[in-house]
Amino acid sequence: MQQGVGMIQRAFRAVGGHGGWLAALLLTAGWLALPSFGFAAEGAAAGPTEYRDIPYVGSRNLIWVVAQLHLLLAGFVLGVPIFAWLCEVIAWRGGEKRYDKLAKEFTKLLTSAYATTALFGGILLFILVIFYPKLMNYLTDVFFPSFLLYCLLFLFETATLYLYWYGWDAMQHGRMKTLHVFLGFLLNFFALFIMIVPNAWATFQASPVVISEGTAIERAWAATWNPTWWPINIHRFIANIVLGGYICGAYAGVRYLSVKSAEDREHYDWMGYVGNFIGVFGLLALPFAGYWLMREIYQYNQQMGITLMGGFLSWLFIIQAMLIGVLFLGSNYYFWLGITYRIPGSEGKYRRAMLMMLVSLLLCLAVWMTPHSLVASIEEAQKMGGAHHPLLGVLGVMSAKMTVSNLMILITFMSFVMYWRAGKQDTARWAKLGKAVMGAVLVLASLAVIVLGVWGYFVPAIVRINYFSTSQVLIVIFVILTITPLTALLLKSARTTTEMIWGSMPPRAGYALVLNAVMIILLMTLMGYARSSSRVHWHVYGVMRDSSPYAYSPALGSASLIMALCTFFFCILVAFIFWVATMGDKTKPAAASGKGELPHGIPAMAGGAPEERQQG
Amino acid sequence: MGALGKPIILMVTMYLFLKFVLPNIPGSAPLPSSLIFLYLLLTASGIIIYETLSGESKDAFWGPMQRFLTGEKIGGLQALRYGVLILFPLLVGWQTYGSTATSDLPPTEGRTIHPAPPGEYTGLSNPVPKTPDNIMQGKGFYAAFCSPCHGGNFDGKGPAARGFNPPPANFADPTTIAMLQESYLFWRIKKGGVGLPIEGAPWRSAMPRWEVELPDEWIWKIIMGEYDGAHQSPRTWE
Repeated sequence: MQQGVGMIQRAFRAVGGHGGWLAALLLTAGWLALPSFGFAAEGAAAGPTEYRDIPYVGSRNLIWVVAQLHLLLAGFVLGVPIFAWLCEVIAWRGGEKRYDKLAKEFTKLLTSAYATTALFGGILLFILVIFYPKLMNYLTDVFFPSFLLYCLLFLFETATLYLYWYGWDAMQHGRMKTLHVFLGFLLNFFALFIMIVPNAWATFQASPVVISEGTAIERAWAATWNPTWWPINIHRFIANIVLGGYICGAYAGVRYLSVKSAEDREHYDWMGYVGNFIGVFGLLALPFAGYWLMREIYQYNQQMGITLMGGFLSWLFIIQAMLIGVLFLGSNYYFWLGITYRIPGSEGKYRRAMLMMLVSLLLCLAVWMTPHSLVASIEEAQKMGGAHHPLLGVLGVMSAKMTVSNLMILITFMSFVMYWRAGKQDTARWAKLGKAVMGAVLVLASLAVIVLGVWGYFVPAIVRINYFSTSQVLIVIFVILTITPLTALLLKSARTTTEMIWGSMPPRAGYALVLNAVMIILLMTLMGYARSSSRVHWHVYGVMRDSSPYAYSPALGSASLIMALCTFFFCILVAFIFWVATMGDKTKPAAASGKGELPHGIPAMAGGAPEERQQG
Repeated sequence: MGALGKPIILMVTMYLFLKFVLPNIPGSAPLPSSLIFLYLLLTASGIIIYETLSGESKDAFWGPMQRFLTGEKIGGLQALRYGVLILFPLLVGWQTYGSTATSDLPPTEGRTIHPAPPGEYTGLSNPVPKTPDNIMQGKGFYAAFCSPCHGGNFDGKGPAARGFNPPPANFADPTTIAMLQESYLFWRIKKGGVGLPIEGAPWRSAMPRWEVELPDEWIWKIIMGEYDGAHQSPRTWE
C-alpha cells in the first residue's frame, strides 16, 4: 500500500507543471468510466442489461443533447447542398460568376460542418448502444438491412462531397463543369436518402408498423413505410433548407459586420440577402408541411394527437407561434431594411405599405399566439368564467391558426414582391392592368382565406381539415404562382430608376440575420422535444414500453432549459466550425503576397478552402 | 419628446383598450394579465421595428432616449434623468421581489382542458346505431343526468352551473366537443373529473364518474344526443 502511494507521488512529481492537465484527464476518464458502475450494477441482476445510466447528467439528458446537436448539424449539412447546387446551376447556365463564388462559399461551410456531423452521429450511436441496449437491440433486429444501406449511403455521400469540394477549381470549364454539376446533383441525391433512411427509424418509434412474417427486408420495409415517415421526410426536407438558409444568412451577417473592404461588404450583404431569401421561401412552405404531419399523427393515434395539440405539449405550440412570429417579423424586417438602405429614395414610397404589412403581421401573430386555455390566476379565471376567454377563446383553435399562418405567408410573399419591384418603373403597356389583376388576386385570396377560416368553425372537423385548410393552402399557392410570373414579366421590360447598392445595410440588418438563425435553431430544438415527448412512456409507441427511471415526460420548464442549452451549444459549435473554416481566408492575402500561388491539389483539412484561381 | 410621443401614446392607448374597453364589449370578460402582457409585447415590437426602418426614423426615435440616458444636452431634465436611473433598478428589484416572495395567493394554473385520453379509449367508435330513436333517447338521458349543469340548451348554463368553478363545458361552442372524437367524450363521461390526468387538474373538476351510475350504452346514446342537440359533429377521419 505504502509502495503504491509512493509510486503515485513519484508520478505526480514527474509530470511536474503538467499536473493540472493530468488531473483534468483523470477527471474526464473517471467521468467517462462512470457508466461502468451502472453496467456492473446491472450485470449482477439476471437477464440481459436493459438500461445504463450516468450519474448527475442522466443518460436521457446526454442522449437528448447529443441527438439534438446531431440533428441540427445534419439539418444544416443536408440543407446547404440543395441551394449550393442551385446557385452553381444558376451560375453555370446564366454565366453569373458571383453565384458560383457563392455556391463555393456555401459548400465550404458544408464541408467544414460535415465531419462534425458525422462525429456527433458516431457519438450518438455509441451512447445509444451504451445506455439503451434493449431498445437498440430491438431496432437493430427490425432495421438492420437499412443500417447497412445507411453505411453505404454515407460512403457515397462522403466520396461525392470530397470530389465536389476539392474538384471545384479543377472542374470549372467545359465538360468538367458539367461533371461537377452532376456531382452536385449526386451529392443531393445521396443526402436525400441519408435523411430519409434514419427518418424511418425515428418515425417507427412514433408510429410503428410491425409484421411478424416475411424476410428481414420485408419486415424492415414495412417498418420503414410507417404512417408518419413521409410527412416527416417532407417536413424535415423543407426545414433543413430553412435552417441552412438562415445559418448561411447569419454567417454572412457576422462576416458583414466584421469585414472592412467595400468589396467584402458588398459580397456578404448579398450573401446575407440570399440566405434570408432561401430561409423565407422555405418558411413559406413549412407550415403546410407541419400541418400535414400533425394531421397524420392525430389520425394515426388520437392520444398522441391530443398530447401534442390539446394536452400538456400544447403549450409548446404557443412558444412555437412566438418563435415563428419572430422569424416572420425578422425576415420581413430584413426585406424592408433592404428597400430602405439598398434602394435609396424608396423608403418614402413604401413606408406606408410597410406599416400596413407590419400591422397585419402583428395582428395575425396576436391571433396565432393566443392560447385556447389561458394562463390565469384563480381570480382572473373566475372573472372569465373558466380558462377560456368568452370572446378571444375562439382564436385558440386550429381554424384561426391556419387562417393567420396563411395570411402571414401572403404578407411575407408580398414583402418580397415589393422588394423585387423597388427601384424599377414599369414600361409595359399592360402594366396598369397587370397590377390591377395582381391586386385583385391578392385581395380576393386574402378574403377567401379569412372566409374559409371563419366558416371552419361551423362545419364538422373533417370538412375543415380535409377541404377548408387544404383550400386555404391552395389559394396561397395560387397567389404565389400567379403573382410571381406576372411580376417577372412586368419587370422584364421595366426601367431601373435606382440601382441597388450592396453593402449599404446598417449593422442591425446583420443582427436580424443572426436573430433569425437563433430562432430557427430554438424552433427545431423545441419541436424535437415535442416529437419525442409525444410518445410519452413508450420507446416504440404501443410496442416497447420505456421501463427506465426516465419513463416520464420532463416538465416544460426543465425541457426548455435543455432546449436553450442545445441552442447555445450548437451556436458555439457552428461559430467554431466557421471560424476554423475561414481561418485560411484571413492568411491567404498575406501568403499570396509573400510566397506567390501555392500549388493546387495539396491535401487540406475538411473545410480548408482550395485556392481560388479566379478572383472576381 | 418628439418622435417618442406617438409610441408612448400608442402603448398607453393599447393598454387602456385591453384593460378597460375589450372586457366591456358584450359577451366579453376581463383579460388575464398574461394575455395583456403578450399583446403589449407585440405592440412594443411593432413600434421598435417601424421606428428603426430607416436611419432618420431610428435617430428620431432612439436619439432622445440616448441623449436622456447619457445626459447629453438635456438641460433641466438632469434631475429627472437621475430619478429614472435610480428608480428603474428599484422597479426591477421590486418586480423581482414581487415574483419570488412568498404569497398567500393561489398560484397561476395552466390547466389543460382537453388532456390526452388513456390508450384504451382511443380508436373506439360509437357502437350504438345513429337512429332518430337512439338520438331522442340520448337527449332524454342528457336531460335527466347532464342538463342540470350543462344546460337544456347544451350551452353550459344549467341551473346548477353557477355553483361550479371551472364552469361546465359549453357544447354549443365550436371549440369544445366539435374538436373531439366520440371516444374522447365516452372517456370523459365514464371516468368524470377524478379520471383526469394530472395536467387536467382532476381536483378542479366536479364532473361525476358516470360509470358507476350509467351503462356504457346509455353513455354512447348521451354522446349522440349531445352532438345533435348542440348542432355539432364529432371529429372523424372519413
